[in-house]
Amino acid sequence: MGLTIECTDLRKTYDGKVEAVRGLTLRIASGECFGLLGPNGAGKTTTIEILEGLLASTSGEVRIFGKAWTENPRQLREWIGISLQETRLSEKLTVRETIELFASFYDEPRAPEEVLEELQLTEKSDSWVGKLSGGQKQRLAVATALVGNPRILFLDEPTTGLDPQSRRQLWDIVRGFQKKGGTVLLTTHYMDEAERLCDRLAIVDHGVIIAQGTPADLIDRLGGHHVVEFQVSANGNSDGNASGDSADDADWRALPGVESVRRENSTVCLSVHEPHLTIPALLASVEGKGQRLEHLSTRQASLEDVFVRLTGRHLRED
Amino acid sequence: MATETTAPKARDAERVLPNESAQNAGAPKRRNGRWSGYWQLLKVRLLELKREPEVVFWVFVFPLLLALGLGIAFRNKPADISSVVVIAGEGAQKTVAMLENSPQHSGIRARVLERDAALKAFHFGKFDLAIEPQTDGGFKYYYDPARPESVLSRAEVDAALQSAAGRKDAIATSTEASSEPGSRYIDFLIPGLLGMNLMNSGMWGIGFALVEMRQRKLLKRFVATPMRRTDFLLALTSSRLVLMVIEVGLLLGFGVVVFHMPVLGSIFSVMLLGAIGAVSFGGIGLLTACRAQKIESVSGLINLVMMPMWIFSGVFFSYERFPAITQIFIKALPLTALNDALRATIIEGASLASQSGRLLVLVLWGGISFVLALKWFRWT
Ligand SMILES: Nc1ncnc2c1ncn2[C@@H]1O[C@H](COP(=O)(O)OP(=O)(O)OP(=O)(O)O)[C@@H](O)[C@H]1O
Ligand SMILES: [Mg+2]
Repeated sequence: MGLTIECTDLRKTYDGKVEAVRGLTLRIASGECFGLLGPNGAGKTTTIEILEGLLASTSGEVRIFGKAWTENPRQLREWIGISLQETRLSEKLTVRETIELFASFYDEPRAPEEVLEELQLTEKSDSWVGKLSGGQKQRLAVATALVGNPRILFLDEPTTGLDPQSRRQLWDIVRGFQKKGGTVLLTTHYMDEAERLCDRLAIVDHGVIIAQGTPADLIDRLGGHHVVEFQVSANGNSDGNASGDSADDADWRALPGVESVRRENSTVCLSVHEPHLTIPALLASVEGKGQRLEHLSTRQASLEDVFVRLTGRHLRED
Repeated sequence: MATETTAPKARDAERVLPNESAQNAGAPKRRNGRWSGYWQLLKVRLLELKREPEVVFWVFVFPLLLALGLGIAFRNKPADISSVVVIAGEGAQKTVAMLENSPQHSGIRARVLERDAALKAFHFGKFDLAIEPQTDGGFKYYYDPARPESVLSRAEVDAALQSAAGRKDAIATSTEASSEPGSRYIDFLIPGLLGMNLMNSGMWGIGFALVEMRQRKLLKRFVATPMRRTDFLLALTSSRLVLMVIEVGLLLGFGVVVFHMPVLGSIFSVMLLGAIGAVSFGGIGLLTACRAQKIESVSGLINLVMMPMWIFSGVFFSYERFPAITQIFIKALPLTALNDALRATIIEGASLASQSGRLLVLVLWGGISFVLALKWFRWT
């Protein structure tokens, strides 16, 4: 399997002081859909723009199809399609005019009509861009990336701000591109998006990769498959530190099947491998301490749990 | 050799498509020529301008309104008719009759008004001269030495009344009115407006437009494609030239039709001058826009660059009025060079060769700006 995108020890320092990317190494194979996942300011946009040849790195090496950006940038540009995090396309051009414009830059573009059809924009092809909804604008942005018939698609937060249905539409487009042999690199801060869309992903925080692998692999490695959440209170007393203190945490950790313990306000979260062993033991333990269970739930572990586990923070704190 | 192994794979997967679509949708995969990007960029630029009502107003309509307003306000009165008022009273009608029977009658229009009303109207400039017949058969003139037409009117009316009263000229003279077309204010104004308009739309149409696209990250999006950057700049310049032809045509046509302005130079020379002016100011616009990230900052910069030229470059009045020592600086300004060359060509019919010094000034400004702009230009 050939490598399509590689970068080695990438660093970017803005204005000599903001260290946005601090030593990032990626190997992305042909035909892969790779995700960069991370909170605001993690350095995702900086990384992807360096890979796209739009931003100079402070140090480190980038190769696309084995070529550096300095070798033959025009040829590389023919091969990649890009959607930036924020581009405002000209409002007073129609959708078709916009696509025709972008198609004209490539040696062998796809037929604009075909791309519009694929992105379900045919109906809107004579509307002004300024009159499109947010989701339609995002699809148009992806259409401008696809019309050049690229081999790699770079998408920087393609679904941010979209409703669930529009997001799913975009996922289908990305999968369709991948099915035809294309390679995709996208950034997102939606966990579910990364889980469903990406073959592999890297979790980025403060400019470094803190974990990398397939979504299932990451969840498996770092969190256990299930999460048990509960609250307890001492009998008849539910004020203050209701779920007991940290001393209790050692007890929870000792329960069978528990991988790790985490607290969020008054809720205790256990990462567990086998909930059917953990829960009976938990109930017994609560009773034994003379506490009362206020709340209990179990769910599948997600990348969010992985992230919180790794950083102690939530991915989206807004 | 990752390229060899991975790249063709992606291609093969897609090659299936074109054959199919060629049959059903009639949309075969096309191969773009060298200039397809340029033509599309030019097309969308012109479309955008056309769809922007403000642009149409400021570039095309506003200069015409300015020409119309100033042309009317400063029009020359036909053959300078003196408008005089005679203060009512004994002898007033006789005075009017004397004026009407004088040899100068065609140049004088007289009205009779009550004393207060007459003097008030005179002071407001409605009349050039007020005449008060005296009881002894003589006249008293009220005139304003600060108003040239008032001074003229006094001389004219005095001569008329004297000859009507029987004074004989010592020697016979004759006169002929000759108001040269080409020497009126409007003839001076229109080439100036033309120059100013070329400056305005060059600076805004290139400088502002570029920063706006940079702010929208559209420039960045464009350079993320294989678009040739030179094509982009070329298309922007070409759109200016297309607009220039319309601007010059409209304003000159307006001058000719509405104000019977003579155009002595060839239309080709005028258009060529317009093109050089448009491109030079485009270069200066490019320089103002080469790094600015926000439209607010470039707007300030553009105004700062244009302000001295509005004042000094002789758009509305001749720059000869400024002190002699400043003339050399004024003449080195690009708008001065453009205005002077346009006036010489349009009003005097001068050849382009005779304007080579001014053309050089323009080309230097434009050329140096362009080179510096390219050196410092930021696409992102
Ligand atoms: N042009 C710039 N000049 C200075 N600092 C910058 C610049 N661009 C980004 N940064 C800083 O670099 C860091 C990484 O920014 P970046 O845009 O790469 O993050 P991101 O992961 O894309 O965030 P988001 O999810 O908000 O898009 C941030 O701290 C940001 O403030
Ligand atoms: Mg970003």
